[in-house]
Amino acid sequence: MSIDEDVHLDEAAGTTPAKVVDEGSEPEGHSSAHGLSAMDEDLAGSFPYAGGHHSATGLSNEKLAMWVFLGSDCLLFGGLISTYLLLRNRGPVGLDGPRAEDVFDIPFTSVTTFILLMSSMTMALAVAAITRGELKRSRVWLVTTAMLGATFIGGQVYEFTTFYREGLGYTTNIFGSAFYTLTGFHGVHVTVGIIMLMSLVIMSLRGRLTADRAETVEIVGLYWHFVDIVWILIFTVVYLIP
Amino acid sequence: MSTATDSVETDAEHETRHPSDLDYVKIAILLGVITALEVATYWLELNNFVIVALWGMMIVKFVIVISYFMHLKYDSKIFRWLFLGGLFMALAVYVVAFAASGFFVGDWIG
Repeated sequence: MSIDEDVHLDEAAGTTPAKVVDEGSEPEGHSSAHGLSAMDEDLAGSFPYAGGHHSATGLSNEKLAMWVFLGSDCLLFGGLISTYLLLRNRGPVGLDGPRAEDVFDIPFTSVTTFILLMSSMTMALAVAAITRGELKRSRVWLVTTAMLGATFIGGQVYEFTTFYREGLGYTTNIFGSAFYTLTGFHGVHVTVGIIMLMSLVIMSLRGRLTADRAETVEIVGLYWHFVDIVWILIFTVVYLIP
Repeated sequence: MSTATDSVETDAEHETRHPSDLDYVKIAILLGVITALEVATYWLELNNFVIVALWGMMIVKFVIVISYFMHLKYDSKIFRWLFLGGLFMALAVYVVAFAASGFFVGDWIG
């Protein structure tokens, strides 16, 4: 096991220096690597990731904010999915363009769905790696997650292009409007997630993402997994149950 | 309100239950298998049994991801209730919207 003895200080939080475990090492436990003092651990939140910001609740405010945001985002996607379900087969006479059964390519969408699911696994592995102080391994998983996300977006762009060529534009009929709005919003969420992931990679390469900032990766991970569970709903409700 | 000692005990307890890398891979394989089963229903006749099965598999996948990948199973209950609060609020609001639209009684022309 090789241990990089360089000491990293969390400048913003002023937490205790952490030893960084290098690539390929197998630390004995999660608590040994993140380098928080006992008091920091008491106050950083119940999950054993480092977080330097103390609060009255004993939980990380940043993480709390992300969970509040995700709870509110449930309302956004709930509205979009409901709108799709209510309007997909509805429309005035004369707006008769293609419907779901005419354009959907389930085998293709299944592949992109599988890719997005696997990106959740690589994200979880990235969080676990940085928690142990394995910075290089964490970067590899972050880049892998971003690439899988980009592949999913590529698939969505291909799907939209194909549907458009088959006659389904955004204003062709109400199904088209509801479908593109729902899946488009999800695609924007994935794209924002990719940008956040690549920002983490750049921070890591510049030495600004160390084990004592593992919570930052965890918070981005929460967002990424949320995007995944929204797609789990969309895939079943929109694609598999026409 | 928990004391610092309680917090330390909770942390230690959570650390022992934290999934390993291998656990994450196993969970991903399980999700992949469930997705394959879902996709397989595409070639079956879509009847009520298949629809219920699809909803069931979707819920199982949803719960697995939020429990293990998002760590809600291990994390603070406050986070859990914040998220589930938003989720159930969304469900309640849109079930009412569906009901008001006559979606459940066949009045809906969509």
